[in-house]
Amino acid sequence: MAEKISILIVDDEESVRDSLLNWFIEDGYSVECAENAKAALHLLEDREFDIILADIKMPGMDGMEMHRRIRALNRDSIVIIMTAFASVDTAVQALKDGAFDYITKPFDPDDLSHLIRNAAAQISLKSENETLKKRVTSLENIDDLIGKSEAIRQVLKQIENVAQSNSSVIITGESGTGKELVARAIHANSPRRYFPMISVHCGALTESLLESELFGHEKGAFTGATFNRKGRFEMADGGTIFLDEIATISPKMQIELLRVLETKSFVRVGGNKEITSDFRVICATNRDLSSMVKNGTFREDLFYRLNVVNINIPPLRERVDDIPLLVNHFIGKYCTSMSRDLITIEPAALRHLERFEFPGNVRELENMIERAIVIGNGREIRLKDLPLGREVADTTLESLDEVEKRHIEQILAKYDWNVSRSARALNVDRVTLYNKIRKYGLKQQK
Amino acid sequence: MEEKRIILLSCGSFEREFLKRISGEVEASFRHPVVTEECHLDLSPFYNPARRQYDGDRLLHQIPGCPKTEYTKIIGLFRVDLYIPILTYIFGQAILGQKTAVASVYRLRNELYGLKPDEELLLSRTVKEVVHELGHTFGLIHCHSMTCVMRSSTYVEEIDLKDTLFCPRCRALLDNQ
Repeated sequence: MAEKISILIVDDEESVRDSLLNWFIEDGYSVECAENAKAALHLLEDREFDIILADIKMPGMDGMEMHRRIRALNRDSIVIIMTAFASVDTAVQALKDGAFDYITKPFDPDDLSHLIRNAAAQISLKSENETLKKRVTSLENIDDLIGKSEAIRQVLKQIENVAQSNSSVIITGESGTGKELVARAIHANSPRRYFPMISVHCGALTESLLESELFGHEKGAFTGATFNRKGRFEMADGGTIFLDEIATISPKMQIELLRVLETKSFVRVGGNKEITSDFRVICATNRDLSSMVKNGTFREDLFYRLNVVNINIPPLRERVDDIPLLVNHFIGKYCTSMSRDLITIEPAALRHLERFEFPGNVRELENMIERAIVIGNGREIRLKDLPLGREVADTTLESLDEVEKRHIEQILAKYDWNVSRSARALNVDRVTLYNKIRKYGLKQQK
Repeated sequence: MEEKRIILLSCGSFEREFLKRISGEVEASFRHPVVTEECHLDLSPFYNPARRQYDGDRLLHQIPGCPKTEYTKIIGLFRVDLYIPILTYIFGQAILGQKTAVASVYRLRNELYGLKPDEELLLSRTVKEVVHELGHTFGLIHCHSMTCVMRSSTYVEEIDLKDTLFCPRCRALLDNQ
């Protein structure tokens, strides 16, 4: 630990600088000296120091002013002010300005050791904290949103814009488009990221269960309530609550929800104590809430309260450009989780995926790739590994020849280029099939 | 190959037996011959009347010119209270990886703390302090091992807690030089 800590000594007295330099070097710290504040600030332009020991009284700029300038440079260094008895008041002011501590000259060796040890412990805690924060961020990263299409770029831009605010967000999109992923990305990039993101799947719960789930309950509130339980709003204090399938909640719950959103306070089921919680709401739905408002099944006031920002995620069929990237992402994800070597996808299989409708969107594609890796040959994903049961609508092929070529190609791929079996499936003889292969210049993909 | 020689420079009135035992221990620790020399240095220029102490930093730079014999490392042993400008006192001081060190028995004596004199304890503390400061001249920094002689001590009780020996890590660093 000690070897890693760097110390800058700033004092106009050479004897003081030398004494401290010698003392800290013997402790194994990396030490540099500056004879005045100007020289110290110059050194700080190029490098960071963990600890800065600065004399309060120096000709030119004093230690206090230097401390302010260091803060202005936005440096994280721990500043310790060295002072004589006469300037203890000033040192107290330095503490108020954010200095770590002050020490009166001459120091007791033990005081100096303790002070540096405390500063080192602070640095160690800070670095540990930074590491943990980075780990949390990497768990919920915006990088999980894969795509280069204009549609997904728009979504990413909206996430970036909305993340820093506290506004309510409604995420719309078909099932499987990644609404929860977008919600997580908003949370992970917001100032609330170090607090929890609590997800509630409203559609999966009955009205009474949802009420207890959201607001919590007191012991004895209903049969089976054998202990007090915190609700999801309470758990989300400081963070974000994600309400999935918001369109499914009952009119009674809509009123309750509106009240909570307006006051940020609620009472647990069976309780009488008002609880306040600071949360941000992100909702998701695959239904058209504005038409539900029009036909009276969703409260207009709640809709406007929630719909401050709307992010619509386009279905996968509208962003075909993203399919190769998504396929590679899922191959990487599942090969890693299954401890397998990375595999590829044969071009014919990829072409088919690009033409597939994907009613289940990205979730369906992900499941397809996972399945293909499990049942495949361990080298590449072949067309026959993909459960493309439905007919692929292909409006780009125009001529009969093109349709024939594509069909022969599919059959050959399905039977691993076994010409006899493919010919049987096509109900033609082998010579005809050979002729067709030659005619269309078909080649087996290695 | 030039033989490494350590000089224990007596800068005050010490009993011959006391110095002999220290040099024996130092020789055993560093495995280099130790020569004891007396030095009649006038300490008055190093005295700070305001602090009623002697400037360890300046003494550190003064003693290299004192001995008559050639040496590779030198430590000046004093009876007076030493300080450096920034600290209220020091037990000793060395220049890391260089030739010179100083140490004082002044704050190692039990009497200073209102306790009964204990010559054996004084000898043990002095040996630890001398070996510690010489260790710095051999490039060793403070060690976190509880019993290593290179552990930093700011109170005399901390000196008592450690051993006169180097821990295996410091020993290895020393032997590899």
